[in-house]
Amino acid sequence: MNRSRAAYDGVVVCAPVTVPYRRFSPEPAHWWAGRAMRALRDATGFGPADFDGFCFSSFSAGPDTAVGLTQHLGLSPRWLDHLPTGGASGVMALRRAARAVQCGDADIVACVAADTNQIDSFRHSLATFSRFSQDAVYPYGFGGPNATFALITDAYMREFGVTREDFGKLCVAQRANAMSNPLALQRRTLTLDAYMSARAIADPVHLFDCVMPCAGAEAFVVTTPEIATERGLPGARIMATIERHNAFPDDSVQLRGGWAMDIDSLWGMAGIGPSDVDTLQVYDDYPVIVAMQIADLGFAEKGKVADFIRNTSFGIDGDLPLNTNGGQLSAGQAGAAGGFQNVTEGLRQILRQPLGQQVPDAEIAAISGFGLVNYDRGVCTAAAILEARQ
Amino acid sequence: MTARAPREKRDPLARKKLCHVSPGQRSRAMHAMAARAAMGRFVLQTCTDCGTATYPPRDACPKCWGELVWSDQDNGATVLCKTMIRVSTDLYFRDHLPWRMGKVTLDAGPVALVHLHDALEAGERAEIRLMLDRGGNAALFALRPGERQAMNDPQWREFVVPVQGRTVLVSDARSAIGRAVVEALHRAGAPLVIAGLPGPAPASDVTDALFGLDGVQAVPLDITDSVSIAEAISKIAGPLDIVINTARHVRGGGVSARGNLVEQRRAMEVSALGLMRLAQACTPLLAGRPSGAFVDVLSAHALSGDSQFAGLAAAEAARFSLLQSFRHEMRAAGVRVLSVFTGPTDDQDHQAVPSPKVAPGRLAAEIVDALANGREQTCVGEIAADAMERWLSDPLLYAREKNL
Repeated sequence: MNRSRAAYDGVVVCAPVTVPYRRFSPEPAHWWAGRAMRALRDATGFGPADFDGFCFSSFSAGPDTAVGLTQHLGLSPRWLDHLPTGGASGVMALRRAARAVQCGDADIVACVAADTNQIDSFRHSLATFSRFSQDAVYPYGFGGPNATFALITDAYMREFGVTREDFGKLCVAQRANAMSNPLALQRRTLTLDAYMSARAIADPVHLFDCVMPCAGAEAFVVTTPEIATERGLPGARIMATIERHNAFPDDSVQLRGGWAMDIDSLWGMAGIGPSDVDTLQVYDDYPVIVAMQIADLGFAEKGKVADFIRNTSFGIDGDLPLNTNGGQLSAGQAGAAGGFQNVTEGLRQILRQPLGQQVPDAEIAAISGFGLVNYDRGVCTAAAILEARQ
Repeated sequence: MTARAPREKRDPLARKKLCHVSPGQRSRAMHAMAARAAMGRFVLQTCTDCGTATYPPRDACPKCWGELVWSDQDNGATVLCKTMIRVSTDLYFRDHLPWRMGKVTLDAGPVALVHLHDALEAGERAEIRLMLDRGGNAALFALRPGERQAMNDPQWREFVVPVQGRTVLVSDARSAIGRAVVEALHRAGAPLVIAGLPGPAPASDVTDALFGLDGVQAVPLDITDSVSIAEAISKIAGPLDIVINTARHVRGGGVSARGNLVEQRRAMEVSALGLMRLAQACTPLLAGRPSGAFVDVLSAHALSGDSQFAGLAAAEAARFSLLQSFRHEMRAAGVRVLSVFTGPTDDQDHQAVPSPKVAPGRLAAEIVDALANGREQTCVGEIAADAMERWLSDPLLYAREKNL
């Protein structure tokens, strides 16, 4: 099929907000969603009556979905969406809301991801994650995502010659980026030595390859250029997006994700290439997935991701500023909000509203999401290219 | 009696180590796989339309949305990748860390996560066994090709019932079957076999060479009498790991013609109520053990009525039913309940029955094998295997043709 995709004209993304994370929270996801709405109001001036679109993503709001949240938060939207896609939900919320606004089904859409992390809630949410996991993953040592990604990492390292030092470089760079982010949960210096000598969790995954589950919320607004201008809201335009689920189902191990299927569509629609990107925000639950996105999105030459990592600096003022808030590895993984962090941080950098240090002259951000280990791999992938609106 | 292996000494008030079981939530399709794993089969779902084999179990073929049926498959595989899990939030696995697992490509097509034998590496060939885990659910275990056992691998031992170093109670050691079982367990390395002897005790018990063996302890035991069971168990100085219920009361006869109510009541007392009494008395001991098991020897007549052995079939059917309930009860405690079906055995009970008959020694060997493989359901001999196959494929037809 060669049908050309319509550009995202008449759409602006604005008001990235982050509700400061906490390692554990006694409050439910609804509280975190409420805080996110309040932060959106503070950033935009929009109240409950102004939002006519609502998109919600959460793992811990049960038994409620986006439906329950409308009543809970006093919203009367004419467009509603609930995304169960975790780490890919930010980009997916963005592209769904964008089409709704573009087509006039909604004018002002709040995209919200909120999750709590109560003591022991991680174990509970793991135990009921998916049917395939219950049938065919948990019975094998119940290592959780650590074990699943250990298997992928083991195969990926052998296939592409990536070493633990290479993954360590990514993790160390992200931690260095987190130093200037006052909201990051982990800001202690991480050295490559400390990374290498950390204890094994599920070989070859070691302690500093793993994110820290926490409570938090992320949100942004999708609206029209007219409304944004009227309110004086700095915003970004969407150059391109892609989304794919259950890509390459016959690959025996996930050595590539859905990005590899849709990379031409992404850069073709954006009209630019990877070298034009000023900052890259990728889903980083395990560095092997960071490497996979760098490779599949075309930043590294095919099969040469190890060389690319070795020859590139990923700091905020580096060659390719990567996960500039520290990523989930340092900022924390607040459930589904972990899949929104890439969007809010990418937006902040190009809108010049950074939490910490600003990427110099950032205009274009590439954002990539990855979510939902249903069985042996992440099923959902998505990516977007955003450009600051002049 | 001569010196036996030293017994465990325990403070009766000391807090016991809790025995957890592996996580138990499964889909209906996965339970169907477990029902076949119980028989020692290696099965996958295949599509009736396109023939594709699929895993994990689904409710539609992922290639063409055709209907899926279970079929026996080649169990060869190649290891793709591996990990050693060192952290788990699950209480059972926390007790057994580190845990080695990996991913394989099955020769049948799909990929699968598996428990990985400690010597297997990526790229190597493996043979996959479909086992039942401690929670009674289906699980794939990768062994080296041609390897039948891996008793030195602590992970493997979680899927089977080791006999070495364990104390075993045989409920009726006076019958030909019971004697063979005592002897086989003794040979298999059980340091203490308690041989239950229903009364009345003949004088020959005292001089019986089997009961005089080092590591065999004869005790009076009548499973139709709760007090007798309690007394027998009180004589076991230490833990009890495995119970093998060999007791039964085999008599011919129909329902109206040649039906003997006294014999029938006795058959029920032994087969059905006896199982309940024995289970009630032994459960607290088995539940505290790291790999407790209860093995029940059943007549294949349990599957369907038989006009020649109507009373026995009815009593054994009741026993079969109770055993299924008991297995479910024991799942939470991680105690395996194994069924061993047999056709007519070559003993006094079946003098009037023509061949083929199962030699008691063979039955005993199959019991030891069922334990060693953690196999939940075993059919010993051609008659039991044939009965099971017919019953599984068409129980109504089997009930008719069995009595023609």
